[in-house]
Amino acid sequence: MTERVAIIGIGATQFRSISPDVSYKELMFEAATKACEDAGVNPRRDVDTFITCSEDYNEGTSITDEYVPDQLGAAMKPVQTITGEGLHGIAAAFMMLRTGSFGIAMVEAFSKASNVLTPDGILACAQDPVYVRPLEVNSLFIAGLEMNLFLHESGVTPADCARVAIRNRAAALKNPLAAWPARLDLEDFAHAEPVAFPLTALDIARPADGAVVVILATESRARSIGRKPVWVEGIGWCNGSPNLETRDWATPHYVTTAADMAYRMAGVTDPGNAFDFCEIDDTYTYKELQHAAALGLGCRCSGRPVINPSGGALGMGHLHEATGLARLYWAVKQLRREAGDLQLDKADRCLVQAWRGVPTESTVCTVLAA
Amino acid sequence: MGNRVAIVGAGMTKFVRRAQETGKELSFNAARMALDSCGLHLDQIEMVCLGTAPDTFDGVHMKGEYLSDGAGAFGKPYMRSFVGGGTGVFAVAQGWYHVASGLCDLCLVVCEEKMSTFQPHAQAAFLTIFDHITERPLKPNLLWIFALEMNRYMTTYGLRKEDIARVAVKNKNNALDHPAAQLAQAVTIEDILQSEVLAWPVQRLDVSPVSDGAVAVVLASESVARRVTNKPVWIEGVGWNLDTAYWTNRDLCYPRYVEEAARMAYKMAGITDPRHQIHIAEPYDPFDYKELHHMEGLMLCGRGEAPQMTLDGITSRDGELPICPSGGLLGVGNPISAAGLMKIAELFWQLRGEAGKRQVSRKVKRGVAQAWGDLMQVGTVVVLGI
Amino acid sequence: MPKRKEPTPTVERSIAAPPYGAVASGLSDDDFHKGRVCTTHWAADARYAWDSGIAIGRYLEGLKAGRLLAVECRKCHRVMIPPRMFCELCFRPIDGWRQVKDTGIINTFSLCYVTWDVKRIKEPQIPAVIEIDGASPGMGIMHLIGGIDPKSVRIGMKVRAVWKPAAEREGAITDILYWRPF
Repeated sequence: MTERVAIIGIGATQFRSISPDVSYKELMFEAATKACEDAGVNPRRDVDTFITCSEDYNEGTSITDEYVPDQLGAAMKPVQTITGEGLHGIAAAFMMLRTGSFGIAMVEAFSKASNVLTPDGILACAQDPVYVRPLEVNSLFIAGLEMNLFLHESGVTPADCARVAIRNRAAALKNPLAAWPARLDLEDFAHAEPVAFPLTALDIARPADGAVVVILATESRARSIGRKPVWVEGIGWCNGSPNLETRDWATPHYVTTAADMAYRMAGVTDPGNAFDFCEIDDTYTYKELQHAAALGLGCRCSGRPVINPSGGALGMGHLHEATGLARLYWAVKQLRREAGDLQLDKADRCLVQAWRGVPTESTVCTVLAA
Repeated sequence: MGNRVAIVGAGMTKFVRRAQETGKELSFNAARMALDSCGLHLDQIEMVCLGTAPDTFDGVHMKGEYLSDGAGAFGKPYMRSFVGGGTGVFAVAQGWYHVASGLCDLCLVVCEEKMSTFQPHAQAAFLTIFDHITERPLKPNLLWIFALEMNRYMTTYGLRKEDIARVAVKNKNNALDHPAAQLAQAVTIEDILQSEVLAWPVQRLDVSPVSDGAVAVVLASESVARRVTNKPVWIEGVGWNLDTAYWTNRDLCYPRYVEEAARMAYKMAGITDPRHQIHIAEPYDPFDYKELHHMEGLMLCGRGEAPQMTLDGITSRDGELPICPSGGLLGVGNPISAAGLMKIAELFWQLRGEAGKRQVSRKVKRGVAQAWGDLMQVGTVVVLGI
Repeated sequence: MPKRKEPTPTVERSIAAPPYGAVASGLSDDDFHKGRVCTTHWAADARYAWDSGIAIGRYLEGLKAGRLLAVECRKCHRVMIPPRMFCELCFRPIDGWRQVKDTGIINTFSLCYVTWDVKRIKEPQIPAVIEIDGASPGMGIMHLIGGIDPKSVRIGMKVRAVWKPAAEREGAITDILYWRPF
């Protein structure tokens, strides 16, 4: 009989613009220690499978898998590295736990964005080497193109986009882990540095360093440990086209496909009303609005669902592959009613969604419930 | 153990030193052939898993995303795993849990490598696998770490080069019957011993080549597998294990992480006596001594006993326990992750009696494929049975 | 304008085995270097400045001062080098630091005639794993052997670190030039 899957532990370091005092291993150890403490598990004894999410080029090391086990308590244990979003790691853990062959899983991702001296150079390497790179344009042009079309087709204005950043960075003022809290107004956007029209510097989530670890378990293991579970009711992930030339720039179908998969699993038929809050990707301001539409969240005229109460990536920082896990961390906090100053009155069910950034069409979303 | 999962189709490209095809095209060719081999169409595939090793070779960041369309993942749930050289066999374990979880019935697993892109030579890219602070300033190269391990292994058990070279002779000769082989040669032990010393005790013919290539397999849940083919090859056990990154704190004479991975897979498969319950094996052989090292880690013989087993002819194609009948990495080629999946494909064909000239003499019902990777660190094991 | 080489797929039909189809057109070195096929080039601009952190930061400071530092875990009683802030076996923070000797034993070595960027050299580099005296048994670091005829190197030899002069040390693993048998 396939068991339900629960999140039983979370741990995160502070998210900071720089973290010169600690190495990535030390960040990972801190997050893992906190998550294990939270879950009440000893990784050496209790965790059956470990999943880390990272990309070599973000670290400056090939086969980053080599360097992960020790600080997670995973040495001489089953460890796999997925080059995907932290939420892909959650999907992998979900599947492994459902096979019945594993009882407890640990998922980890981190960012040392501050150690990357040439982020534009590295992102350029993600562009197609034959068809796109020779144009030698900063990768943000891809977001600029998409934003331009989105504004044109949807009637959303640059000011609407600005309000996303204003709201999220203000929310981050109450988030003790956030790297980029700020009180902004539309005036700031009027003077914002243009980057890739219509994208300005203030429309873009800034990078931050940090690590997040999540511990999941099957229902029976969760109950035997005695931790209050947060249920993973559904999860979906999907890839669109990696090619700029063959994608539908107007509509992120892959987001809808991933959402449908998660909704079906979770028994969600009316996403506009099913969630109390959603943590969805806001790597760029327009993305939050585009994703909300593609996820079927409706007009949110009544104020429900609340979007990105954590402050999002705009407020917390963009954490490479850990970005989605940082959202999941706060979603779990909300559902457990442990979110402190960020706590919403109603927080029983939510959606967490992540996107892998330009130039990808890769997304994961998951439905969680208290 | 969740739903039973079987491999129902397989396909691979030729392994070559430098392919004109892009990585996407290599992936597509392998995926296409795997689907054709079992009469399925991409529309029927529900999820896709890709395995591919260092992005550095291709100079493409987020290589998994770039290759996703070639791997058939457009519009589908897709993930890429990356555990160094262990990826090729691990990708099947990843595909296994996709299906065994009950989330899908048909999963395509593709492994691709295009090492030739890196200029001037792919080997230089391996500098970046070493610790950026404590090791890279010494300008290590990949040969160092293999040579260090080979020396430790040989010295611990008092082995001679001849004992090790025998593996390269077996595999390169076996590969003469593999249509996709890059480096099949009728070599002798003398040839190996006379070849250029690269990093003593490693000589040129002890080493598998840099290669481009791709392999794909189709995984299906039990009910679907039985409709697709009358000879499904069951995934009976999967195991993987990662040792500490501090490889200089370990004794390199024995791959204990391979043993741990094997134990995990054997337990799932109900194997208690691997030497007799496994009929055919494809351990990872990037260097000749590695096959011996891994035979011991897979507990197919005792520690230090693998050379004798090879000398006695037990591991030849018409021996009691044929090992690397495909020709292995030494003979077929080493496009890192595709090489591991090639071993899985070989067992798939062998178990179904479809390996043509490579078909082993004895009747085989159960085999084990194993890959290795990282800093002498990861073991990935899959047990297949028919 | 060199004549563009059309792909010539290689099909093997003579070997009875599952059809491998027409795939992987192999190019020769000449095809590639003489421009018979279209290529694009890109030199990746990928530069990093890694935070060494607490453990390795202190290790490097020790190297600058001409010392090797290790850490200890009181639970498993290991003395570990290279240092780390956590014991990976016990999954707990380490308990303290200890200076270890700059002598050791060769655990394994190689004589390498090829550089990292694939150039042939006449005098081999001698990489080795050196078990450090004062650390737990088997606790080694990677470094180079020098000051000896390569043919004389043996596993089990005692070696001592040869340091750069203090003024030239920077706080790097290369502050040790090599290890010489004694």
